[in-house]
Amino acid sequence: MAIIEARDLTYTYPFAEKPAFKNINLRIEKGEFVLLTGPSGCGKTTICRCLNGLIPHFYGGKLEGELTVAGLKTTEHAIYEIAKHVGLVFQNPENQLFALTVEKDVAFGLENLGVPRDEIRRRVDWALKITGIYELRHRAPFELSGGQQQRVAIASVLAMQPEIIVLDEPTSSLDPLSAKNILEVIHQLNRDLGITIILVEHRLDLASRYANRVIVMRDGRIVLDGEPRRIFLQRETKLIGVGIPKVVRLYLSLREDGVNLNKVPLSPEEASQLIAEALMLDRS
Amino acid sequence: MSIFDGLKFRNISSPIHRIDPRAKFIYVCVLFVIAVLFNQLIPLLILLFSQIPLVIIAKVKREWLRLIRGSIFFATLIFVMNVISLYFYGNYPSVAYIIEYSLAMTVRFIVLIESFSLFFLTTSPDMLGLSLEQIGVPYEFCFAFTTAIRFVPVLAEEAQTIIDAQRARGLELESGNFIRRVKNYIPILIPLIVNAIRRSLELAEAMESRAWGASEKRTNIYVLKMGKKDYLFILLSLAMLLASIYVWMYIKIPFLTQILQI
Amino acid sequence: MIEVENVYFTYPNGVKALKGVSLKIADGEFVAIMGQNGAGKTTLVKHFNGLLKPTKGRVLIDGVDTRQVSVAKLSRKVGFVFQNPDHQLFSETVEDEISFALKNFRFDEKIIRERVDWALNLLDLVQYRKVSPFMLSGGERKRVALASVLAWDPKIIILDEPTLGQDSYQKERLRQFIIQMNQQGKTVIIVTHDIEFVVECEPRVILMANGRIIADGETREILTDPELINRSSLILPEITQVFTNLNDLGFPRNVIGVYEAKRLILERINGRT
Repeated sequence: MAIIEARDLTYTYPFAEKPAFKNINLRIEKGEFVLLTGPSGCGKTTICRCLNGLIPHFYGGKLEGELTVAGLKTTEHAIYEIAKHVGLVFQNPENQLFALTVEKDVAFGLENLGVPRDEIRRRVDWALKITGIYELRHRAPFELSGGQQQRVAIASVLAMQPEIIVLDEPTSSLDPLSAKNILEVIHQLNRDLGITIILVEHRLDLASRYANRVIVMRDGRIVLDGEPRRIFLQRETKLIGVGIPKVVRLYLSLREDGVNLNKVPLSPEEASQLIAEALMLDRS
Repeated sequence: MSIFDGLKFRNISSPIHRIDPRAKFIYVCVLFVIAVLFNQLIPLLILLFSQIPLVIIAKVKREWLRLIRGSIFFATLIFVMNVISLYFYGNYPSVAYIIEYSLAMTVRFIVLIESFSLFFLTTSPDMLGLSLEQIGVPYEFCFAFTTAIRFVPVLAEEAQTIIDAQRARGLELESGNFIRRVKNYIPILIPLIVNAIRRSLELAEAMESRAWGASEKRTNIYVLKMGKKDYLFILLSLAMLLASIYVWMYIKIPFLTQILQI
Repeated sequence: MIEVENVYFTYPNGVKALKGVSLKIADGEFVAIMGQNGAGKTTLVKHFNGLLKPTKGRVLIDGVDTRQVSVAKLSRKVGFVFQNPDHQLFSETVEDEISFALKNFRFDEKIIRERVDWALNLLDLVQYRKVSPFMLSGGERKRVALASVLAWDPKIIILDEPTLGQDSYQKERLRQFIIQMNQQGKTVIIVTHDIEFVVECEPRVILMANGRIIADGETREILTDPELINRSSLILPEITQVFTNLNDLGFPRNVIGVYEAKRLILERINGRT
């Protein structure tokens, strides 16, 4: 059974003239790493808000169709129930950290759930260690860098041990090195803990190497859905305005001139490996 | 703004910092009662100076003194008002008496302010929120309290950025008459308020996403437990209170003017 | 011309943000100031319109010391587009927003109308003239902020992190726009850590780390130097990373573009046959 299943999902924000997205049909299996992308305003952020129940419970508006997440129909369960299974990390790290120390922030969700104190302590330390910020646990969020703040946000969601973590453009305010590091952390959550990841990102050059699936949206519809290497090859991807990684553009450019690399590279390391292989072959 | 320096938490470690906020609060209440109990200059001065060893142990000397400097304006006001009212409306044995009495009232004012200062300088807002929770204040209020404090530096920085952004568009804050100057603040207040509202919506989303409201019985990663030192501190405060009451009831405290025969 | 002479700057809270920075930016240049968050980039550019005055050293704009002149006067020449448009927007209509600065600078009524029309057209905002800026999307608000600065036609334009949160289509538009402004003779300075964007534009790059300038030169030299990249906590451009890994096969390291990459690979392949 799929861990996320959407059937003919349509949503219109309150007072909006037209729907944010229409007739979305989606199946995501447990353990997938899904990269959700598309031009600004395509509806990807709205989808994120549906996945943990913020839509419809917090935002109101009209939600039609059906969305089942971790076995729960989102329209029939309160946000705090769904939150046990789906964690949501937002774009701006600052506005999702409320406490005066890092560990108190990470504990926040567990405190809300009424988890006993020693269990809170155990899970908080665990989450802090996985995200690599155990040494920062007594610091105040205001003193931390953007990258560190985002790790705190991830840790505080992780502590609740959800099966699914949704991240809405988590690297958008970060410098490239911090972005790279955060994506590594997210990758580890998927690889080592089996957490299903839904990542909304523009920085495909950094993120696509971790995904097993790319979903491209435009104007409230899913237009492409499949394995990253295949999706980047399709002409529509570029037309929609999705920022294809430069290594993919290099692959396509070489192909035009008759040089075929063995597969579509998703990272510079892969690209150099494939180019070296192509050159070795030619040496014979 | 130096007056606020004396009330902001100083994040260092000291024996006073480690005392339970509830014990410190009892101490503040005791100081309050004693300050109100006595009219005479001598005991009030003793009360003021008795705080100094605590201030030194807490390593907050500089901030504490800054508060005194900041409150000079009000202290002078109180002094002058007392002098005037006594001179015109009171019956007084001598001018020296007026001065001593007014001085006493001023010292009382300073003692009251300084007792709060020591409390806030040595108690982190987190611990404060926690102690409020543990004495039974509903969690929503404690949360609002600590969250507000957490965002003060953020909002201050944002206000500065907005001012910079508007100045970069030619806004001159210092020029013009009074009405003009008030109008000049509109381009600063509106973005500030709009952003504050946006921020609170984002915070609310984040809170909901972390299961806010899931359980009636909220637990806590931290707990405040009163230890031996805390009980000792409370005991000493109460002893101070009892001693003061005894003195107040049975010992007649002379005025300085009487001693000096002015 | 912007001249920065051995500038030191310490914030009131004691943080030493600039530790001896010197540079010259001539009229009509296109410069990218890069470095990690906290390196001092924004602190530096805030000296160009007088928002910050040096603790030591001085900054001259067209020969005038910034300490002698008000921010309003300097802003006439030096337009600063802040990172977050929501720190600026406050008016009832987009039109009012764009005319705000023009009114502050005491432009004539007639000129104000002309300039507002011009700015609306330039940034594709004509249909939003009477709309409240708060009703617009994030990308549109960014354009309104840009329009409100361009309206008074400053000769130097500073953009602080203009690509933050933008999708690739918006970034491409921005890139073309910047080039257009630069071709019209404006000095364009962008503060950014978006390496791929800078690689597409190839401006003069000034690299900062820890309050100092550690490199100043061409995009190609600086952003392909692994040691400099390391010191400023950035990462190498994608294509450069590919060629760095191929260096042992005899490829040059300082490759930044897709087409030159292809050309080099093809040359190598054709060289064999």
